[in-house]
Amino acid sequence: MKISEIESLEAFACVQAEYNDVEVRAGYTSDLLSDVMGNADEDSVLITIQAHKNTVAVSSLAGVVAIIICNSRSIPDEMLEAARNEGIAIFETAENQFNTSALIAQHLGGCPAR
Amino acid sequence: MDGEPREPLQSSLRVQELIYGLRISEVMTSKVFAVSRNCTMRDVQTIMKNNSITGVPVVDNKRVVGIVTMNDLMNALEQGAMGDGVVKWMVGEVQTLAEDMPLSFAISAFGKFSFRQFPVVNKKNELTGILTFRNINHALIRELSRQLREMEQQHENPVEPGSLRFNKVYQLHRYDFENGGKASSEIKRFLKERGIPPKTLRRVAVASYELEINLVAHSIGGMLGFDINEKRVKISAHDRGPGIEDTEKAMTEGFSTANEWIRSQGFGAGMGLPNVKRVSDEFAIESAVGMGTMVQAVIHLNPEKENED
Repeated sequence: MKISEIESLEAFACVQAEYNDVEVRAGYTSDLLSDVMGNADEDSVLITIQAHKNTVAVSSLAGVVAIIICNSRSIPDEMLEAARNEGIAIFETAENQFNTSALIAQHLGGCPAR
Repeated sequence: MDGEPREPLQSSLRVQELIYGLRISEVMTSKVFAVSRNCTMRDVQTIMKNNSITGVPVVDNKRVVGIVTMNDLMNALEQGAMGDGVVKWMVGEVQTLAEDMPLSFAISAFGKFSFRQFPVVNKKNELTGILTFRNINHALIRELSRQLREMEQQHENPVEPGSLRFNKVYQLHRYDFENGGKASSEIKRFLKERGIPPKTLRRVAVASYELEINLVAHSIGGMLGFDINEKRVKISAHDRGPGIEDTEKAMTEGFSTANEWIRSQGFGAGMGLPNVKRVSDEFAIESAVGMGTMVQAVIHLNPEKENED
């Protein structure tokens, strides 16, 4: 699945669209940045409610290519700006993390085999 | 970079790097004059006079049980009690330093206590040396001269562009989450531009970022140093305190002392240090309450190890 395909899904609104439209290979759902840092796969989409500039820093270091902010949490401008600088896509959604994960997993072609 | 008002010692990054990098054992005087419990104050006086020193530890079976300083000697002298045993006049509760602590801990200790010297002990708690400010001055001059010489040589043979050799120290301030992560990003970019494979890159990024955030979230301030060559990336984090009470606990996944505010920034999951250790090929931590913490992580750039995670 390409990042742009997330944009085409009804549940998600793209709020930071200056990104490289690369292939998303996995997803990771977490609100703890150290957890993301340590465990998220390269080229994954991060599903979280942690709408903060630091989330972008961690994503960039971990190789996360897109972030989905759940539960309609408000996203600070500085987070958007940081993501723009790093070329990381940001989406917002009213869905919670569970539903978002399920939706994304479906489009990734099911849960990737562990 | 603006100066932090509470900083006790405003030295250059080079000097700070030095005081963090040197171990007490490399700086202390190893030839110690000590007395046993059954010696008299007069014995101490003779030792002090003959060797121009101002403090003599009292030992029992190599363990430090007290220290007699110039002050104690003068008190005894005033009372005409130079024939008394040292036990009567010595200070019994002695603050010692461990020989493998970084020199920065000692400097904190000199700031915290008003002692002029600290007995130094090994892991078995046996007296192995004594540390005075004079030792520190000597060591700093020696090391700075060596570094200046190196810099002069480097100036004559400048490092070629694209080389993996890199040395940089970043200053980090408490709760400055705005800038936390900058050093790690810079290092990651540096290595990426030089073709380091993604998996290795990731390991360096994890170690460096966790240490960087630790300094910001948990220390009163410190520095993060990178020493990179063709073989490895060495990351050292040093801070001025508060120090970790139980390093073993701090290394346990899920254990965290983070407050609500730190957690609201997305940190404090208790995974920082365990993450660093997991991705490092070599890992060491040293901490003392009131003095500081030092963490060193080394990641090999050896491509054969690539398939290991």
